Amino acid sequence: MTGILFAILFYFATLMLVVGTLYRISVYTRTPAPLKIPTTPAPITTGGVVMRMMREVFLFESLFKANLWTWAAGWLFHASLALVLLRHLRYFTEPVWHWVVFMQPFGTYAGITMLLGVAALWARRIFVERIRYISTPSDHLMLALFMVIAMSGLVMSFVEHTDVVAVKGFMLGLMNFDRQKLPSNFVLYVHLFMVAVLMMIFPVSKLLHAPGLFFSPSRNQADNPRDKRHISGWAKQLESNETGVAR
Amino acid sequence: MSATITAPAYRVIPIIPTLKPGSMEGPGPFVANEKIQEGLGFPGKLVDDWHDQAIAKMGELLGKYRSLKVFMDTCVHCGACSDKCHYFIGTQDPKNMPVARQDLMRSVYRRYFTLPGKLFPKLVGARDLTREVLDEWHNYYHQCSECRRCSVFCPYGIDTAEVTMAGREILDSVGYGQKYDNEIIGKVHKIGNNLGLPGPALKDTLEGLEEDVKEATGIDVKFPVDVKGAEVLLITPSADFFAEPHIDSLIGYGKVFHATGTSWTLSSMSSEAANFGMFIGNYEQLRKVALRIRQAALELGVKRIVVGECGHAWRVAYSFWNTLTGVGDGADQDDKFAMMLQKQLDHRYKQPSHICEFTWDLIERGALSFDKEANDKHIITFHDSCNVARGSRMGDYPGGQFDIPRNIIKTVANHFVEMDPGTTHERTFCCGGGGGLLTDDLMDLRVKGALPRMEVLQQVVDQHGVNFLAVICAICKTQFSKVMPYYGFDRNMVGGVHQLVSNAIKLGAK
Repeated sequence: MTGILFAILFYFATLMLVVGTLYRISVYTRTPAPLKIPTTPAPITTGGVVMRMMREVFLFESLFKANLWTWAAGWLFHASLALVLLRHLRYFTEPVWHWVVFMQPFGTYAGITMLLGVAALWARRIFVERIRYISTPSDHLMLALFMVIAMSGLVMSFVEHTDVVAVKGFMLGLMNFDRQKLPSNFVLYVHLFMVAVLMMIFPVSKLLHAPGLFFSPSRNQADNPRDKRHISGWAKQLESNETGVAR
Repeated sequence: MSATITAPAYRVIPIIPTLKPGSMEGPGPFVANEKIQEGLGFPGKLVDDWHDQAIAKMGELLGKYRSLKVFMDTCVHCGACSDKCHYFIGTQDPKNMPVARQDLMRSVYRRYFTLPGKLFPKLVGARDLTREVLDEWHNYYHQCSECRRCSVFCPYGIDTAEVTMAGREILDSVGYGQKYDNEIIGKVHKIGNNLGLPGPALKDTLEGLEEDVKEATGIDVKFPVDVKGAEVLLITPSADFFAEPHIDSLIGYGKVFHATGTSWTLSSMSSEAANFGMFIGNYEQLRKVALRIRQAALELGVKRIVVGECGHAWRVAYSFWNTLTGVGDGADQDDKFAMMLQKQLDHRYKQPSHICEFTWDLIERGALSFDKEANDKHIITFHDSCNVARGSRMGDYPGGQFDIPRNIIKTVANHFVEMDPGTTHERTFCCGGGGGLLTDDLMDLRVKGALPRMEVLQQVVDQHGVNFLAVICAICKTQFSKVMPYYGFDRNMVGGVHQLVSNAIKLGAK
């Protein structure tokens, strides 16, 4: 019975995550950027923009300039999360890819550093006056969500093991529309439920910062306004009067 | 109000200030009257259904500007920007933290345009657009100088200037505009410059200037107006025509043109580089103001367009003119509007060029010579103007906007020192008067907003005896000469880069 509920939940969550995020991305893509507004100094070429974006995505360059503590906690959290996610690929692939096998221990211990990162970010939100002022309840809940996910995962890794072979069977079953049993384990239920919640809120919350960064005009535009005329559709329409001279 | 304004104390070490909630609450700057508003095609006074119209306008802007849409969604409240704003540092009002300023609008965005905000407003910090919120927008969106310092540090590049501009545009659209900005834009439409200085008066002023320069140097430096077929059209902030110390830089431009025999002209119809349309975030106003330059260029048949010392004007010219007016290069062949002008311009030069690019290019080619000792009485430091630093470029590599003005200064003067590197280049602090806030009814804010710049200026004054603050922005010049006395500095310390050029340039030597 619980297995069925979780199956429904995960189909629904996946649908929301994929459709919702694609919809958001399509909105960002369709919305024009009528003016050149890169934060300068900015790269002059597209290749330079790609490099700038990579530095933002992988190194959090701007955050590094802003505040070392926030950068350290944020980077630790995100890098750990990436390792943890990659590690989890083993539950969705058969046979498991070699590099996923290789990085299992890294991904497992990254769960601990991820927890540390979340704790540091949360501490900042609670103890730094300015950050406390700007925090909404949802900001705290988001961190709580990650904390519960990380802790429940770590409990299953290090304290109370669950039947991971059966979990994998359940997940592969979901992917092949072949329903398998989910092991009855409270910690596992908590872990999976919270992950599903995370997937569902992704496209309607600040988690959109992940795809959003790629669409940020101050970061993704090349600094070449004098060399190439940049004009958006609605702005071009204003030029229907051919000379466009104001009189 | 002005009697009670005092400068805040310098921070002993530049620590992050504690919060003083509500310290800058108030009615905000003067509201534009009906005549001013209607002159720009905005409603004369607050419309009855302002709530619905404001939300509709917000929806429209979210669909027209990717920046606004993405910036509303992506903020994670990390706080990277929270201590970066000069107005926050100077006022300690938490609503002047960039993220909090954005949230004044983001909270409304969430309420009306996102599912969680519609369902659980309290949870995600969403709120209804009430009259109090609207008043708060008017107050706090006029405590942002759109300087983009926060956007340097934001991990997603969120630029509060874009949010401020959207806020002001929504306010204008419901009849709640700011007097200072909108009155000035009206003057440009009517007369051609921010001051409302008509053509004949401009010509008189320039003739007087020619006499003054002749008296001082014995040389006939000309300041020509409306010369058809001139090579260079100079577009400069109208403050250069009469304000101190701006006019000394205008003399400097004139001397550079004179020394190299460049044929140049000003335009009486288009005698303004400033474009306050950017400050109010309104594309149509921005475009309409900029089109005067296109018209002047076409009518006078010039080959080059050079822009005088003005920060936001250079951002508009460098980043937006090609889009708005076709002043630039690289339009499509079938783009009749832009090609009409681009065919006329000389593309061996960047279009438009900053006067510093123009002068530095001549210096590099050895076309100018200087008597550096003429500036020996000055120990100079350079203040990067925000719009030049973070919204534009000079030269052909990123960061040229930092090097070129400094190179000029070092060429024409012997004594140059830098201020704290955390406050120069792209980390520069706004002067405190940019973004359409250079009005007496915001003097308290202007004085407080200058604090971070004044602190580091004090350091170089104490350590190196700096007595000249060089800038390349008309607003910086006016703002600094007004607020520096509050901090105990001589207002005559501030001047333009071309004022230094003017002091040292040898006329008739080559």
